[in-house]
This record gives sequence, C-alpha cells and structure tokens, in this order.
Amino acid sequence: MEAPALNYLNNGHGAASWLLTKDHKRIALLYLASITAFFALGGFFAMMIRLELLTPAGDVTSPEMYNRMFTMHGVVMVFFFLIPSIPAVLGNFLIPIMIGAKDLAFPRINLLSWYIYVLGGLFTLVAALSGGVDTGWTFYTPYSTAAANSHVITAAVGIFITGFSSILTGLNFIVTIHRMRAPGMTWFRLPLFVWAHYATSLIMILGTPVIAITILMVAAERALHLGIFDPALGGDPVLFQHLFWFYSHPAVYIMILPAMGVISEVVQAFSRKNIFGYSFIAFSSLAIAVIGFLVWGHHLFVAGQSTYAGLVFSVLSFMVAVPSAIKVFNWTATIYKGSVSLDSPMLYAFGFLGLFTIGGLTGLFLGAMGLDIHVHDTYFVVAHFHYIMVGGAIMGYLGGLHYWWPKISGRLYSEPWAKLSAVIVFVGFNLTFFPQFIAGYIGMPRRYHVYPPEFQVLNVLSSAGASVLAVGYVLPLIYLTYSIFAGAKSPADPWGAKGLEWEIPSPPPTENFGITPIVTHGTHQYAPRIEKKEVGVV
Amino acid sequence: MSDGHTPSEHYPGPVHGVPVHAEPGYAGLSGQVHGHVPHHPKLQHHFDDMDQQVEASTLGMWVFLVTEIMFFGGLFMAYLVYRSAQPDAFQEASAHLSIFWGGLNTAVLIFSSLTMALAVRAAQTSLPPKVQVGWIVATMFLGSVFLGVKVIEYSDKFRESIVPGPYFNAAMWTHPTGVEMFYSLYFIMTGLHALHMIIGIALMAVIAWMAWRRQFDSSYYTPVEVSGLYWHFVDIVWIFLFPLLYLIGRHYGEGH
Amino acid sequence: MSAHVAPKSLYYTIFAALMVGTVLTVVVAFFDLGFLNNVVMLGIASVKALLVILFFMHVRWSTRLTWVVVASGFFFLMILFTFTMMDYLTRGWLVGTLR
Repeated sequence: MEAPALNYLNNGHGAASWLLTKDHKRIALLYLASITAFFALGGFFAMMIRLELLTPAGDVTSPEMYNRMFTMHGVVMVFFFLIPSIPAVLGNFLIPIMIGAKDLAFPRINLLSWYIYVLGGLFTLVAALSGGVDTGWTFYTPYSTAAANSHVITAAVGIFITGFSSILTGLNFIVTIHRMRAPGMTWFRLPLFVWAHYATSLIMILGTPVIAITILMVAAERALHLGIFDPALGGDPVLFQHLFWFYSHPAVYIMILPAMGVISEVVQAFSRKNIFGYSFIAFSSLAIAVIGFLVWGHHLFVAGQSTYAGLVFSVLSFMVAVPSAIKVFNWTATIYKGSVSLDSPMLYAFGFLGLFTIGGLTGLFLGAMGLDIHVHDTYFVVAHFHYIMVGGAIMGYLGGLHYWWPKISGRLYSEPWAKLSAVIVFVGFNLTFFPQFIAGYIGMPRRYHVYPPEFQVLNVLSSAGASVLAVGYVLPLIYLTYSIFAGAKSPADPWGAKGLEWEIPSPPPTENFGITPIVTHGTHQYAPRIEKKEVGVV
Repeated sequence: MSDGHTPSEHYPGPVHGVPVHAEPGYAGLSGQVHGHVPHHPKLQHHFDDMDQQVEASTLGMWVFLVTEIMFFGGLFMAYLVYRSAQPDAFQEASAHLSIFWGGLNTAVLIFSSLTMALAVRAAQTSLPPKVQVGWIVATMFLGSVFLGVKVIEYSDKFRESIVPGPYFNAAMWTHPTGVEMFYSLYFIMTGLHALHMIIGIALMAVIAWMAWRRQFDSSYYTPVEVSGLYWHFVDIVWIFLFPLLYLIGRHYGEGH
Repeated sequence: MSAHVAPKSLYYTIFAALMVGTVLTVVVAFFDLGFLNNVVMLGIASVKALLVILFFMHVRWSTRLTWVVVASGFFFLMILFTFTMMDYLTRGWLVGTLR
C-alpha cells in the first residue's frame, strides 16, 4: 500500500511546526538529532583518550587535561547519549503505535522533556568548552566537593537538569502503557519492546531522583559549604558513593533494557518465528529492573564498605545476571530452527548476542568480591562496561535504528553498505575492547594517561580498533542521511515483519491510526513452522 | 491493506472504533475532515474520553510524586546515617530549634491540607467559583504563613551564626562538627521543602485564576485534584521533617 | 465522572486526628522512653502521612494501580535505607567520630 501524500513528516512545515510539535514521532526525531550530536562530542573525547594512550608517555595532553577528557567522555556518553538513546528516539516513536494509541499520554510533557534535555546539554557543553570537569564521570567526593578546581557545578547542573528529561520520559511511558492501550491490547499481547521500555521507565522513575539529590548535595557543599560529605564534619565520602551508585547501577539497566527490547523484536522478525518464551522475557525485564536496585554496593567493594555488605551485594549481583541469561537463552531458542535472514538489523542482533554475553559474564567476574579486589579500577572494568554499553546497548540502538528506519523515514537505506558497517563495527569494537580485558587483567589501571611500556602493544591494538569503530559509526550517518533524499520509498512492511507498526504506512500519518485498532491476538504471529510428516499422502 | 478485512483483524473497518479528529487542513486516512463525537471542551484529543484523561492525569501526578519521594529520600538517607553516627551532636543541635515555630508550622500545613481538600471538593461538587477560589486562596495564605515562619527561623539562625560554613560559631557547642553537619542537613532539607512550597503556592495561584474563570465543575476539575496531590505531598514531607529535626532527645531538656 | 465525593465531616475528622497526632508527638518527645521515642514519633508520623494519603489524597477510593504506585515509592525508599544502613551498621566502627 502506498503511503498517503500526507504523513507526520510533511504535515506542517517550518521550524515552529517542529519545535512546537506535540507529535511523539517528530519529538523522536528532535531527540535523534541532538543525541547524535552528543554522540559525536563523546566520540571526540574518546578519540583524544585513545590518541594519548597510543604511547606510554603522556605526550598528547597534560595529566589534568587527560582527566577532563575521560570525565567528559563518560558524562556525555552516559547521560547525554546512552540513557536517552533508545527510549527517547525509538521508544518515543514506536510505543504509541505499538499499543494502538494516537500519542503518548502527555504529548506536551514529551516536548518539554526534549527541551529540558537540550538545556542540560547546553550547561554541559558550556562546562566542556570552559575547560571541562576532571573528577571522572562518577564525581567522587571529597575530590569533587573540596579539591577539584574544574567546572564541577556547571556540569553537575547540566546532569541534574537532564535527569528530569529522563524522569518525564519514564513517567510518560508508564502512564501511556497503563492507560492508553487500544481495546484488546492486553499486557500479554504487548510487543516485548514495550515491556522492555516499561521496565526501563520504572528504573528512570525510582532511580533518577536519587542522583539528582546527590548532585544537589555536591553542588551545595561546593557552593554553600553545607558539608554533607565532608569528613571534617563527620561526613562520609562513601555515603556519596552509596547514593551515586543507587542510581547509577540501575542506570546501566536503563541503558541495556531498551536494547534488549529491540533485540526481541529483531530476532523474531528475522527468524520469522515467534519469540520463544514470551512471558519469560517479559518478566525477566521486570526482574532486571527490580533486582537491579539491590546490587549497587558492588561498586563499593574496595571503597570502605563493610565486608558483610559486600557479601550481600555480591550474592545479589550474581542473581541479577539470571534474568539476563534467561533472555539470551530465549533469543537463541527463537533463532534456532528459524528461517534466518542476515539483513543488517539481524547482523547487529547477532553482534549483540555475542558481545552482551561476554560483557555480562565479565560482570559476574567483577561481582565476585575476591576477584574484583584485583581488577577494580583497571582496564578490565573499562572493557566490561564497554562490552555491555557499546557491544550491547549501541548495537541494539543501531540495530533498532536500521530495523525501523523505513518506518521512520519512509525510505529504504542501502543494505550492502549497512551490512558492511555492521561488520566494521563488530570488528572495530572487538579490536578496541578485547585487548583492554587483557591489559586490565595484567594490571593496567584505568584513568591513567601514562603507563609502563609493556602495555603498549595492547593499547595500540585498542586505539587501532577505535579508528575502525569510528568508521563503522560514521558510515550509517552517511547512508542513512542519504536515504532520506535518494532512497527508494519504503512500503508499509518492508521486512515482512509482524506488529502494529508494520500495518500503518511508512512514514505514518500524524495520528498513527485512522481508526482505533481493536486487537484480537498477540501482535507477533509469525506463521508457525509446519512439520510435514506425511506418510504416503501428497 | 486495511480495507476488506473482517472485524476480527487489527483493522475492523470504518464501522467500529473512534473516528479521528482531524487537524485543520488534514484530510485523514478515511477522508473525514471535521466530523467527531461531541465531547467536553477540555478533552485532549489523543485521549478517547474524559475518564481516560482523568485517570492518566492522576496516575501521572502520582508517578511524579514517587520521584519526589525518592528525591527527598536521598536527604533522609544522609540524615539517617549521620544521626545514628552522632546522636549526641544531633541532639544538641536539635535543641536549638524552636518547637514553637516548628509546631506552629506543622499545624499551619495540616490546616492548609484541609483547605486544599475542601477546595478540591468544592470544584468536584460544582460549588460557585467564589467558594472554590476562597478555599484555594486560604491554602495559599497558609502556605505563605509557613514560609514567613521559615524566614523568621532562618534569620534567627543567621543571627546566632548557627549556619554551616566559614561563619559557623563553633565555640558555643559541645559537639561543633556534628552540629554543623546537622545544620547542613537542616538547611538543605527545609530549604528544598520551602522551595517546593513556593512552587506549590505558584501552582495554586494558577489554579485559583482558572477557578475564577469558571473552568472547574464536577465534569472537569482535574487540575485542582492533581495540584492538590502535590500540595498534600509537600505537607507529608514536613510531617516527617518536623519530628526528625525538631524533636531529637527533647526529654533531656535544654543544655544537655 | 464517577469519582467519590467525601463528606466534609470526614475531612474535618481527619484534620482533627492530624492535629491530635502533632500534639501527641510533641508531648511524647519530652518523656524518656529510650529507643521507643523514635519508634513512637515515626509511628505517629507514619499514621499521619497515611491519613493524608488515604483521605486527603483520595487513595482510599482510588484504583489498585494507584495503591501499587504509592506503595512502591515507599518500598524502594526502604531499600535505599536498609541496604545502606546494612553497610554502616556492620562496619564495626562509627562513621565520622573524630575520636
């Protein structure tokens, strides 16, 4: 079916129609533009890091500047790219469509969340351009409160403001999913992408306020001498770490759960098979969200936390791996004996499966207190979280972006280039980060700009890999943008996939559905494999 | 793709469902331009009906209040840690807060919750706008009294140099560092609470104006209800702040 | 809309209960009950909060979902408190005492 002449992209022209839009699809694109910009900024800082680490000596930047580089890399990538990425772009775009609604519950709050994000980003940009922050993205006290002479408060304010963007997005999703489902769209007919975002939204709501207040306390201590973390007043710097990680650990689940939602969708579409274990995947998303709140102390194993508490957090950290493992098993079982096509989204999904598994398992290594004592603050940790966040979350983001690009833009991108990029990303990623596991294990500390010569080979491999990875990220920017202008027009369902979003035109009309759909069955109904075991009958 | 399907498919055909309200100038998929079911003027068009809008709005405010619980919760966490570590210092510090002002403020806020509840009820039962505005203004007035008392308390503290930082008068205390910690928490917690109060009063001003313009009756009073939820929450925070800050170890009497 | 309209007398009763609770809290503070002082004060505060939530905020007549949302807020707050205090109470040394 051909797209009608009028869709959400051409329904209204001019800057005002975009900047004052209430359409969740347009807001998703506003987010897409801004997070891409921040990804580029974070990537720039990464490039500076890898450049410096090419040689053992500190010859590219001063030590102070290097501290600012890795801090800004972390701050920008975590708060301004990873946390918003999939929810704000793909979640915003797809959730109303997937549940059969015209928009999210609070369209104006959705727009407000984007403006808040941009405002927070501007503060952080100002902090970066004024010289940056050098505390590490983790802002540990007492350095951040007492000793650092970088732009801590500016950056902290930026993160504080952006936190509200996250909170409002989560709030919107929760109310939407509870109250705006089309008739017949029961919870267990929801796409797993929606389940994943529901669980993510729970974390956004419950966790983000805690880091907000913690940042406020740091700013208050710096600016007003209200020394909550000041040891001179009997304060405990480790309390900061408790409060910081109470959010920041669940935050990593904010980053990965949406990616898992993408993988659930992609794996079904490109195996042409219903997901294996739908309720297991749905409930495991909730389990990850809840148990994820119980493990933050594994970041404090060597911080001065009591051994007893460390023990409890260690056991719980092992438990939180279980629902993730359940998902991996179920995705694998879905692909098994499916009719697999290796389109580019599926390549990203396969990459995710392998890399997330490695990242997750190394997380278990780190969750074992005995081992963590030796690899804490080494490149082993850095490699672990990059496997999850880049090998996992970013792969999921790119896979989802490719999968739904025809729906979002109404155009088909160049599949050969996309396949090439996916492979380049995979190769570049492993070349960048696998050597870091080794380097960390044999002792290279993180956040160091100089290192003993015996680590150089591994660092050179890593930096080389980073260059390859960069190419892999730039290519989609080029061919996806190109497709907007010169790509073939996409039909409603270019992949032959199932789901409400594939039943409306590409790109969709502004109000999504001409008529409220009435749902009578689960949204993923790939034809079951028919095993023919006839004997003698044609 | 959607034509010719039986009603058991996702697209049941033009007979069922709620027709879309078209934006001006937009023809809509089915060619309708401006035909839609009559509805309350305050119904936002991405909702199916007023009930859904009310439920969504109330749920949304409750979810926001949960974030506020966690927001203040971080401060209560710090309080919990440090009070259990330095009970004597906290006791000494707390004794210098005025139970009179704190108790008065508690009573004022509880009273304001009553007026707020009555304001919501007035809108809910379609009482005249004058009555609605009256209760809302009463709430605002009580909130302002609360803030006025806080100003008195804060200026007392500033005068006596009981303020953390370079001007803190350590000499007058037995446990100066712990007392300074207590007052750091005191100022952040009550300061943040007061900020929420100010926002609440501003919110009430908007609601009062809307009520004056006759916008609320039993068919539509969601903004009043939802703002009321926010106001009551701010009251609840103070319900916990008062005993935790003002009433530590009072049985020892002054000067312990 | 079919929301429940509470009688004004109910609101006045709750108000009275809240005031009584406040007076009680202040009075009890002047008696030495050991650690029970904290228990009683927090207990009364919790009851007051519950009254405000149930009646002024209409949760008594709200959907189950609203109940769950409110409860989960306090539940996760308790997680923050208990797990953090678990660390502090098992350290074997007092936090921040400059002895």
